[in-house]
Amino acid sequence: MLAQLREQILAGSAEEYLSRLFDRIDRSKLNAFTTLDRENALGQAREFDRSPRKGLMAGIPIAIKDGISTMGIETTCSSRILKGYIPPYDAHVIERLKAEGAIIMGKTNMDEFAMGTSTETSAFGPTRNPWDLQRVPGGSSGGSAACVAAGEAPCSLGSDTGGSVRCPASFCGVVGLKPTYGLVSRYGLIAYANSLEQIGPITRTAEDSAFLLDVIAGHDPRDSTSAPAAAKGRYLDGLDGGVKDLLIGVPDEYFGEGVDPMVEKAVWDSVSVLEGLGATWQRVSLPHTRYALATYYIIAMSECSSNLARFDGLRYGRRPGDDKDWHTTFSEIRSAGFGPEAKRRILLGTYALSAGYYGRYYLKALQVRTLIKQDFERALEKVDLLASATMPFPAFRIGERISDPLSLYMADIFTVPVNLAGVPAISIPCGFADGLPIGLQLIGRPFQESLLLRAAQAYQATTPHHLRTPEVA
Amino acid sequence: MDDVIIGLEVHVQLNRLSSKLFCGCSTDYHNDPPNSHTCPVCLGLPGSLPVINRKAVEFSIRVGLALNCRIEQQTMFYRKNYYYPDLPKGFQISQYDFPLATGGHIMIKGEDGERNIRITRAHMEEDPGRLVHAGTIDRAKYTMVDYNRCGMPLLEVVTEPDLRSPKEARAFLDKLRTILEYLDVFDGSLEGSMRVDSNISLAGGDRAEVKNISSFKGVEKALSYEITRQRNLRRRNIRVVQETRHFDELRNVTVSIRSKEEAHDYRYFPEMDLVPIRVADWVPNVQASLPELPDARRDRFREQYGISDDHAKSLTSEIKVADFYEQVASRTDPRLAAVWIADVLKGELNYRSLGIDRFSPDHMVEIVSMLASQEITEDGAVILLRTLLDRKIPSLVDTEKPGATKAGGQLSVRVCDLVGSLGLARAGDQAVRAAVRDAVAECASAVSDYRSGNERAINFVVGVVMKKTRGRASPAEAHRMVQEEIEKGS
Ligand SMILES: [Zn+2]
Repeated sequence: MLAQLREQILAGSAEEYLSRLFDRIDRSKLNAFTTLDRENALGQAREFDRSPRKGLMAGIPIAIKDGISTMGIETTCSSRILKGYIPPYDAHVIERLKAEGAIIMGKTNMDEFAMGTSTETSAFGPTRNPWDLQRVPGGSSGGSAACVAAGEAPCSLGSDTGGSVRCPASFCGVVGLKPTYGLVSRYGLIAYANSLEQIGPITRTAEDSAFLLDVIAGHDPRDSTSAPAAAKGRYLDGLDGGVKDLLIGVPDEYFGEGVDPMVEKAVWDSVSVLEGLGATWQRVSLPHTRYALATYYIIAMSECSSNLARFDGLRYGRRPGDDKDWHTTFSEIRSAGFGPEAKRRILLGTYALSAGYYGRYYLKALQVRTLIKQDFERALEKVDLLASATMPFPAFRIGERISDPLSLYMADIFTVPVNLAGVPAISIPCGFADGLPIGLQLIGRPFQESLLLRAAQAYQATTPHHLRTPEVA
Repeated sequence: MDDVIIGLEVHVQLNRLSSKLFCGCSTDYHNDPPNSHTCPVCLGLPGSLPVINRKAVEFSIRVGLALNCRIEQQTMFYRKNYYYPDLPKGFQISQYDFPLATGGHIMIKGEDGERNIRITRAHMEEDPGRLVHAGTIDRAKYTMVDYNRCGMPLLEVVTEPDLRSPKEARAFLDKLRTILEYLDVFDGSLEGSMRVDSNISLAGGDRAEVKNISSFKGVEKALSYEITRQRNLRRRNIRVVQETRHFDELRNVTVSIRSKEEAHDYRYFPEMDLVPIRVADWVPNVQASLPELPDARRDRFREQYGISDDHAKSLTSEIKVADFYEQVASRTDPRLAAVWIADVLKGELNYRSLGIDRFSPDHMVEIVSMLASQEITEDGAVILLRTLLDRKIPSLVDTEKPGATKAGGQLSVRVCDLVGSLGLARAGDQAVRAAVRDAVAECASAVSDYRSGNERAINFVVGVVMKKTRGRASPAEAHRMVQEEIEKGS
């Protein structure tokens, strides 16, 4: 679709296409964007129409999660504390997009600092699910998924720390890819939990996901965890290779209690579809799955307590009122600037790293993380990829779970192990439950995104789910 | 002072590196406006990531090896979490478990002979920014932050509590500085390049930590004050409180820092934005490229040039002096050069607070050579040194060579010209003999005193000879000749 869109824009007008998107956003009830860079983006589109540039993304608009630094465009992580912060530099992925001719249309709403599964913790208010405005779009990249599902943007970038790309992709009925840790540079991604997160594309199709991944993946010397250039594949090549040679593992631990029966059925139906296309499947076990949530939250909160320490209002961001002495001013700015979920995670993370608790919590979590990683290594020795639901249930109602953090955390049960293991995973639409999209998660070996995308492409070639669009669109 | 126990934590800026520890910003900020050497990384802007300066790791390994440390197989970085305005990320990237270097030692000149001081560890970390108070720290209306220093590569060298006096602490620091300069990783002349925290206690007592002393003299003074304070407490049967104290350089006292601020839990945990470095693989190459270190050079000087151990030590305690000596010694009498550089030139430089780069090795070669061939006297040589250092060159020389200074601050003057214009050529034997004859004839009463047994009376006659020759005779020579002359006449 993006490839065709590029040709359409070249034949027609980038400005006209982009204006239509902005019109749609103006009429939208979703609240998917925190900032629209309308003037600039339209200016670039006009410029493009006058003298078309070359590039994979030439003239194509894209929406960017508000946690990714964009030079000259306010970047807040949907937090009050970063209100007014305009980065003086572009994230690596933004440089790559611009180099390929993409037009940044604006920044999308998210859970504050990517801490959430519903986009309800945003200081800008929740984003609504385009399939049912009373429901959440998922999170934390809720705005990025909702705008693509509703046709407000042809594609977007999100970031995935514990499912933040895949969860909203699942809830909004679009494709979300979490690349292998190290495949996409994190330079410019505002850190929530830096050992877990990756920037990933959100698109309508697997093909577009490959298209966008081709643009953003690759080595960046500014990110020390960035994989060598050789780890990057050519994701559009061989996309139509089919699944005949593939052995799919279905993890026992990802079914049963707590999983919506309609979701379970949709996953099994998907496995049958893949089987019908020539793949084989077998059951596998990921025995440490039950420790994944606790492990994830200890690591993520510990890292966030340190990552968010820099927000003191001194150099950038919000600095209300008069300065008093350092300690007072610092506490006042942080008390007023962070929302309750950010505070909760900073407090819990600080506790987990404290003298006397470090060994019991953080260090233990690192050890269990290794076990979980080994689960995936063992399973993926036997099978080529794993299939499960992305989320145990479809999108829930706004306000339904936000007051009960623990039940909200439970929703991440199938997504967080992937981040702990650092492996790649993709969520693709695989059905509907009472009109709400269901996501199928495919998990692969490190740096085998090509295989994931090939399977997703094969699936989408024979299923209609990704072609349905919500009524708001 | 056998009961004094001192351990040091020395923060050394690896300021011979051209870029900071985790970003590409230049380290050459000392003459530039505040916050002009910054970037998203060292300002800790959201989304920025650190990248290790590999040269800094190499420098640190160099120091580790020179301090006789073990280099870890693999080293890694940790975050040290605390909030302060000079720390833009809210944590400092430092090391914790698996520091780069552990378990070393160096020899220093102790209170009673050479002493071995054990090094616990040496680890890398980034320097925070610098706070600039508008006025004094307690009265300032506001404080400004300069992040130019932020991210400067630091090496923290921690000793075991092996030092037994402020003087030994000073000797350790001097030795450490010498080694760092030999390794070409450090320039001690730059402001804030070495900062010291010290732990000090009396045997059986609790220890106090004196933080952030920024000069070597300060270390001696702070420790001396602290010993006196702790002894006074002990005399009055008051326990020393284990606490952190600040050294007030103006008043020369240490003051307690409020315990609230000191109750730090730094919540160290691994810095996942950096990957562990297999430093063991680097060691063979770094080892092979290590320069000759002060102790080895001292031994070689003694053997190669046949000079005394004291001279060898004095000449090697600063790499520039040692290099200077070798330039001179290779072209003239090395023993005489040792004496004149170690005993005379260093003193004259010290007196003027000048570095050895202010004096030309060519001039030194000329002076030593003329001394060796007895063309000038020792007095004359001292006059030459002082004239060259003070640049009081007679106008004759100046007009002959307009613009008599070179870019390096060296005078382009030939010593032999200067000897001529200052009239310092040693008097010939004939002239001295004539002066001696005249002096003996003129000083009849002193001569008769001498003959009647007052040995010291001869000095008066020698003095007259020196006056007559305007110092161009050797006093010893003159003394011998006066003696001969008197005995001849008796
Ligand atoms: Zn910098």
